[in-house]
Amino acid sequence: MLWVALHFPALSLEIFSRGAAAQEPLAVIEKQGNRSRVLACNEAASALGVKPGMPVSAAQALAARLVVRSRDPAVEQESLSGIAAWAGRFTPSVSLQPPDGLLLEISGCLRLHRGFGNLLNQLRSGLNEMGYASNDACAITPHAAWLLALAGTGAVIREPARLEKILGALPVRLLDQAPETLAGLEMIGAHTLADCLRLPRAGLARRFGQELVDELDRALGKLPEAREFFVPPPSFERRLELPAQVNEAEGLNFAARRLLPELEGYLSLRQAGVQEFELVCCHEDVPDTVVRLGFVQPTRALERMHLLLRETLANTRLPAPVHAIKLNAKVILPLEISNLDLFQDSAESGDGNLLLERLRIRLGKEAVFGIAPAPDHRPELAWRFCEAGDDAGSLPGRQRPLWLLPKPLACQHDRLVLKSGPERIESGWWDGMDVARDYYVAQHKNGSRLWVYCDRASGGWYVHGLFA
Amino acid sequence: MNASLDLVLQHPGIWRGDQLAQAGADALPTGFAELDEQLPGGGWPRGALTEILIEREGIGELRLLLPALARASEQSGWQAWVAPPHVPYAPALAAAGVRLKQLLVAKPQSAADAWWTAEQALRSGACSAVLSWLSMPDERRMRRLQLGAESGRAWGVLFRSASAAQERSPAALRLRLEASANGLAVHILKRRGGHLSRPVMVDLYQGTGVRRTRPSAPKLSVVQSPREAA
Repeated sequence: MLWVALHFPALSLEIFSRGAAAQEPLAVIEKQGNRSRVLACNEAASALGVKPGMPVSAAQALAARLVVRSRDPAVEQESLSGIAAWAGRFTPSVSLQPPDGLLLEISGCLRLHRGFGNLLNQLRSGLNEMGYASNDACAITPHAAWLLALAGTGAVIREPARLEKILGALPVRLLDQAPETLAGLEMIGAHTLADCLRLPRAGLARRFGQELVDELDRALGKLPEAREFFVPPPSFERRLELPAQVNEAEGLNFAARRLLPELEGYLSLRQAGVQEFELVCCHEDVPDTVVRLGFVQPTRALERMHLLLRETLANTRLPAPVHAIKLNAKVILPLEISNLDLFQDSAESGDGNLLLERLRIRLGKEAVFGIAPAPDHRPELAWRFCEAGDDAGSLPGRQRPLWLLPKPLACQHDRLVLKSGPERIESGWWDGMDVARDYYVAQHKNGSRLWVYCDRASGGWYVHGLFA
Repeated sequence: MNASLDLVLQHPGIWRGDQLAQAGADALPTGFAELDEQLPGGGWPRGALTEILIEREGIGELRLLLPALARASEQSGWQAWVAPPHVPYAPALAAAGVRLKQLLVAKPQSAADAWWTAEQALRSGACSAVLSWLSMPDERRMRRLQLGAESGRAWGVLFRSASAAQERSPAALRLRLEASANGLAVHILKRRGGHLSRPVMVDLYQGTGVRRTRPSAPKLSVVQSPREAA
């Protein structure tokens, strides 16, 4: 077993700040007793002198532009689940470590991600892309990995022999014990885990309780630890508060890019894809704007979702400023896994569905279509619009022009030289659109080749098509 | 010419003035043998823009492309028709052997959207052929299309009015079509590998134009242009 622990030290802050690239001074406060104190603040705020633990009034006196948000544990949990879903792209064994950590069991998927170093790099860059800062560590037991991540050491322990030595150097305050226990340990001079381990076990258990001894054993792998793995919810729904209101739809790109990796990870954890998802732009007073994105085929390719979202947002007008966005994917469809090509043949030819989607988004759904023949003798009814790419089949054809005019044009018979014909078409008495025509191929004086007919009821001549 | 001179002339390092550029040309046979002979690579250039200048619609400008379109539709990939003046008539295309499944017709609202569509289609690499009828061409836009065709390895066709014959163009191949009594006169205004002063006559209908169920290679003949005969 090999566990990677991820600790998000600034999670309470990042849930508010990661929706925008520019960092305004921001502080998250928490009520302690009857006073509100700063729990965490970003770099822009600490540059102005704001420090964690400071009363809110003092912080606001130091920084006039300071944005103050109350801590929101529910959103923190939701974000943690979001990260867990995203981490599903690396390994199916993801375990939550509330309130601000994740544990990933990766021994089974090292080869898939081409080695440990590569996996770790992907994890780090992915988290960075979503706007989370993290400390990671790796060890052969989950609790040891977690303690190392909490300490921020970045240690990687894959050999059991080194575990006790490296773990021993960690301070006791990282342990998940009651504050009195930790204070008691400090008082008897046990500052590191090694100090605790040197003490007689029986005495330690009697004085500080069995939990302390158990926790140390779990960290060292002497006591098994059963962890519950994260189960993805049946549908995807994530909300992101924006630090400042956004007026232009294109300004939502950045925030949406923070959420899309979560959707992708969620889909790969479920071996699924989406054909449709929506981006809900939440307004203060007016009803929310819903931007829908559709794909020709179910997909979970991140780049594709980015591209379509960017182009859709470029065409979207917002009725009011947006303060939060939501990404919803209600219908999750199973996605067939295609093996990667050994020789990368598929990379050469472009993606036809992607082109179709892009054209539909920019031009509108009606402006992009295919055509198909229809079984009717009347020329104007012998074809129909269809979805591009539909296999329409074909019917045995006679000589027909390539352009058919939407409406026949009256013409003068004497300017034409009839080349071939007639082809008599008499049909349609049953639906009131009956035709009785003799069709000819005719050459116009100016060189155009026309498809003309003589209406047998009226005797008039009409041009119906061009042999372009 | 004696045998030893022949031997020397076969050396790959020797280029003769009447040879057309062949190197790297990826071409789609037009289906008209006489025209193939005059085009570099022996057909419509893939990965390049072809400009077709016509005086008026209906002189056979699409029929000239049909055999190549039918051949291109044997492979996968869209055949995109961008902003056609009318809706292409499905039974005629099907009869000519074009697979309608691969046909993608786009009718953009504005000229700018039409240029964008054509460029995206060419660039995507998902289209074997892109036929476009675009208004307000300028050199910058045309160059973008030519570059798009190069990167997407697509056969791009741009239909324009014959009045643009004197303008500069980045297209790799420029043809002006003219209806004449005995077929379609194809003037090659620009091609890679040399100038051709006389038009190529293409008989699109092979005889009187009676019903033809299968597309076959029509007959072609090269005639002297009046200017040259004089």
